[in-house]
Amino acid sequence: MYTALKNIGQYFMLLRRVFSLPEKRAIFSKQVILEIEKIGLNSLGIVIIISLFVGAVVTIQTAFNLDNPFLPKYLIGLATRDSLILEFSPTMICLILAGKVGSNVASEIGSMRVTEQIDALEMMGVNSASFLILPKIIAAVFFFPFLVIISMGIGMFGGWLGSISVDVTTADFLYGLKYGFNPFYITYSLTKTVVFAFIITSVSSYYGYFTKGGALEVGVSSTKAVVYSSVVVLIFNFILTQLLLA
Amino acid sequence: MISIENINKHFGENNVLKDMSFVFEPGKTNLIIGESGSGKTTLLKVMIGLHEANSGVVNYNERNFIEMNFKARKELRKEIGMLFQGGALFDYMSVQENIIFPLNMFAEKSEEENLERVNFCLNRVNLENTNHLLPSELSGGMKKRVAIARAIALNPKYLLCDEPNSGLDPKTAILIDNLIQEITEEYNITTIVNSHDMNSVMEIGDKIAFIHQGKIWWTGNKENLIASENQELNDFVFASKLFKRLRQKF
Repeated sequence: MYTALKNIGQYFMLLRRVFSLPEKRAIFSKQVILEIEKIGLNSLGIVIIISLFVGAVVTIQTAFNLDNPFLPKYLIGLATRDSLILEFSPTMICLILAGKVGSNVASEIGSMRVTEQIDALEMMGVNSASFLILPKIIAAVFFFPFLVIISMGIGMFGGWLGSISVDVTTADFLYGLKYGFNPFYITYSLTKTVVFAFIITSVSSYYGYFTKGGALEVGVSSTKAVVYSSVVVLIFNFILTQLLLA
Repeated sequence: MISIENINKHFGENNVLKDMSFVFEPGKTNLIIGESGSGKTTLLKVMIGLHEANSGVVNYNERNFIEMNFKARKELRKEIGMLFQGGALFDYMSVQENIIFPLNMFAEKSEEENLERVNFCLNRVNLENTNHLLPSELSGGMKKRVAIARAIALNPKYLLCDEPNSGLDPKTAILIDNLIQEITEEYNITTIVNSHDMNSVMEIGDKIAFIHQGKIWWTGNKENLIASENQELNDFVFASKLFKRLRQKF
């Protein structure tokens, strides 16, 4: 309990240092662009592959469960759409990104800590927390929503591919995708994504920043970053769903 | 002038630095020697605020670093160049980007002037035409030299080196020692070098402090050191048979 409280306190103290004005705007903008490439663009491939196949699988499973002559076929498209928008794209994709981005962020910052690169930054008079962590948070918060929107689109495309294999006509599937669409679902989904992006990058950065020891501890920090950011994402998923949908 | 007064630092129950006081010779190479784990690196880190002292004073020209706020420390740190044990070069930056980084951050000069300074610093450490190499492409000695170039980029008044020749072969180690000595003299920098390498002690030690059991156990210069009768110092300095034999001859 004491360790948990200590970690939470230390996390918020770190955030206080992170959210300070950058020393040089030009250098900071360059860092943000670099992070958008590292955190965002480099995750595009995995997001596309996972969304495509999960979309197809969701459709096939839904079709299997709705195999009833009294239920219209377009419900398969509708169920696929809602599953993707409400839960799969924002939450599952963010959990996958917690693994990919979280471990990357924690190991990068952790390695910098154990090789004294962070000390070197501090020595030069640079606020290392802000210089290293803020660009990652900004990059994730701005880019993750794009990834999630792409995931929704690709997932639905995968769903359509899946629908062909279970004898659902394209017209029925597309009708289901459009049927009773509530635009608030997108707002809900993107709100969750922004919060999750912040959690993933800040929690992972925290574990990386306070790494002590050597290469072994960098690995431990990386694992902790993935585990704890995933747990916090799940907790906030519940809280936000309660707040926004209940 | 840099001085420390009654510095104490403990990590939990472990008292690493006990009431340390010392005045470093301005414009000279000052050596802090001692066994591994004696507190040399901790002292250096306390002097630049990477560790907080539990009590004591660290003066840089009568400015007490310990009592400074974050902003004042940041300003003072611009006067200090630091060479870390492993070089601490930024992995994802090239040699040029590493050296230009503090210049872009703090020197209000044009890109051309900063590039000129980078090339000057690289020339000074004999690493011309390495601008676009990454740290992973450099040897241990080259990394240390790039780190020295980065440390002197902002024309520091003080240069702090944490075991600058650890992990290097004797020839490269002497090269690094000599480079530090030359830079110290050329730019009239006050340099503090942490070392447990006896070659360094004999090569560059203008003023030496020996740390033992968390205290400044002995102070002097090269000549005093060889003639010293201090048992703990002799056990440390003349630990190898070669040095013992050399001492007997001397």
